[in-house]
Amino acid sequence: MQPGPDASGSGPSEAAAIAPEAVPVVQTGLADGEWHRLHRASPLFKGGIALIAILGVVVANLRERLIDLFLPGYTEGDDPVDLVLENGFLGWALLAVAGLLVVLIIGFYISWRMHTFRVTDEVVEVRSGIIFRTHRRAPLDRIQGINIGRPFIPRLFGASKLEISQAGQDANVQLAYLGSSDANDLRREILRLASGTREERTAAQAQAAGVEGFIDARVQEFLAPEITDNDAPPESIVRIGIGRLIGSVLLSVSTFVLIAVIIGAIVAIVITGELSILFGVIPALIGFGSFWLQRFTRSLRYSIAGTRDGVRIGYGLLSTTNETLPPGRIHSIAVDQPILWRFAGWWEIKVNRASQATAQSVSGGIANTTILPVGDEADVMNVLRLLLPDLDDDARALIVKGLAPRGETGDRYENSPKRAAWLRWFSWRRNGFAVTPDAFFLRRGAIWRELVIVPAPRVQSAAIQQGPVGRMTRLATVHLHTVMGPITASLGAIDVDKAMEFFADTSHRLVDAAARDRSHRWAETSDELGAPAAPTTEVSEPEASVPPAATAVPRPEQDPRE
Amino acid sequence: MSTLLDPPGIEWRRVSPRYVWAEVVSNIIWWGAIAVGALVLRFFVDETWTLWVAIAAVVMLVLSTVFTARQVRAYGYQLRDDDLIVRRGIMFRRIVAVPYGRMQLVDINRGPIQRWLGLSELKFVTAAAASAVVIPGLPESEAEQLRDRLVELAESRRAGL
Repeated sequence: MQPGPDASGSGPSEAAAIAPEAVPVVQTGLADGEWHRLHRASPLFKGGIALIAILGVVVANLRERLIDLFLPGYTEGDDPVDLVLENGFLGWALLAVAGLLVVLIIGFYISWRMHTFRVTDEVVEVRSGIIFRTHRRAPLDRIQGINIGRPFIPRLFGASKLEISQAGQDANVQLAYLGSSDANDLRREILRLASGTREERTAAQAQAAGVEGFIDARVQEFLAPEITDNDAPPESIVRIGIGRLIGSVLLSVSTFVLIAVIIGAIVAIVITGELSILFGVIPALIGFGSFWLQRFTRSLRYSIAGTRDGVRIGYGLLSTTNETLPPGRIHSIAVDQPILWRFAGWWEIKVNRASQATAQSVSGGIANTTILPVGDEADVMNVLRLLLPDLDDDARALIVKGLAPRGETGDRYENSPKRAAWLRWFSWRRNGFAVTPDAFFLRRGAIWRELVIVPAPRVQSAAIQQGPVGRMTRLATVHLHTVMGPITASLGAIDVDKAMEFFADTSHRLVDAAARDRSHRWAETSDELGAPAAPTTEVSEPEASVPPAATAVPRPEQDPRE
Repeated sequence: MSTLLDPPGIEWRRVSPRYVWAEVVSNIIWWGAIAVGALVLRFFVDETWTLWVAIAAVVMLVLSTVFTARQVRAYGYQLRDDDLIVRRGIMFRRIVAVPYGRMQLVDINRGPIQRWLGLSELKFVTAAAASAVVIPGLPESEAEQLRDRLVELAESRRAGL
């Protein structure tokens, strides 16, 4: 077999021969541009458990035979082995079982041998499959996030899955499983390569030796928090207290639906005297219970922090997940407040992302679009600072106003006019937009308050719409289109002239923002500038200091393009 | 009633007037099928409502045909310096501006009626499904030229996601 991109690496010598490109920087670990294999125990975690179970069944059936062998005369009667024996099939049966086991074991082994990956300066590649070969190659500058998942059992043995999210359906690259510290190293290396920086980052990993060391290391890994202070400055870490988590789940709308159902059921039972109504209620209770439990466990031990390569979000008690989102991978952000949370002053933060989760993905098929399950206003500000590192004081002021109960004159939001009151009964005083050089802010909803923030470089297109009612009232709707997700960035009932101005202004902004966006290689210029600051910050600062007039005023053409 | 939504200073390029026929034919097929269906049903069930359905379908056919010409005239597009801007609708007017760099791909579709009229539909696809930038009723050669031009512009202004 010739070394080439599609050659199957079926031997260590070949794997060594296959690394064609010379790697410019001396790199450590798994991201050195060579082909590597996964954790030795990965076949076991992936399905080998079933194999062991089969073996167990066979052995359990053989037990009688073994006992009889050592303690003659002790038999309990018919077992499958007896039947086999009586009919003289012993040899064949044993052979078949052994053969099957051998085939399976060889299959798992070969599958592990043939599942190789490599990380070069430009791409991550994975080759897998025995008969149907798959070769997936993912460019590093298109990475949308890196997810490290530790399901419970592999976690006990110190193994993790690493998943590289790419934009699109079923477009993720999964490496299952890797050693936990290998996974962390690999993530750091991939992010370093993807960020475009050429500097070497140190990996301080002391390996403990021996059995005791192994157990120690496992225990330490198991107890270690998802995000340590080494990864991120401690003041940037946001956590959720367990009391608040329980409160937020209990105060969800579904709780009130449930209470209504229970009261209804009790009333019905008292009136009709039919206890059978209970059977209708119990499934509902189970449904609610599992919903709560899921929400709750998903948010347990939740933490979010800013690292140099983007935001890291970790959660989970027994099975843990932690995901790193490099800068510029968040397409829009919504801060919203269900009405029941208002008394506690809690908010939740959701985002639109380009990668879609699949059933096999680390997060278990649930797209992780909730960035902050619950938090107060200070937490919201902290998380937004992590998600949008370019936020300046000006934008922060806009966010504070965006969370306010109602708009006021001079808060720099363009609000709906009073004539919109009959279209937006409660929210017309809040319904408005604001613009900074880097982002759009849409404030809407009075009962279910919401603030949508769309980073300007992520907007795909903009639209303005007007129906017959809008024409009569001189109102219009504006849309900012981003990738699919839970958030729709649109704002209705805006004065038509303001909307038109916004639309004209936005179409220039989008072009400018896209032209100066460098987030696909977020740290690339750090060598040239000698500072780790993102280029977007550099460019936008002078504009950001212009502010109060920044709202919806067509910007003079100060072309920031190189 | 105030004026229609229209950004100032844009010289709209219109779609081919022949596209009216495509719309009219599809209207006739759609409403005609309903009217005929209702009348056929009348042979089996002797109910007066079937007649009303048929009459309503014919009225709808006439109305939509009357409006078709205006609707087709309302389609407009223009290649500005950095973005494509597309307008459609009278009753429900929508104007979209999409920077060239956001292009993921361009489709050209030809349905049977449009093909018969020598027309094509051009679809500009971005990473956002909501963009929905569609220009129907372009003469075939114009659609192909426009596609090539858009791809060329997108190449020169490539942006990430």
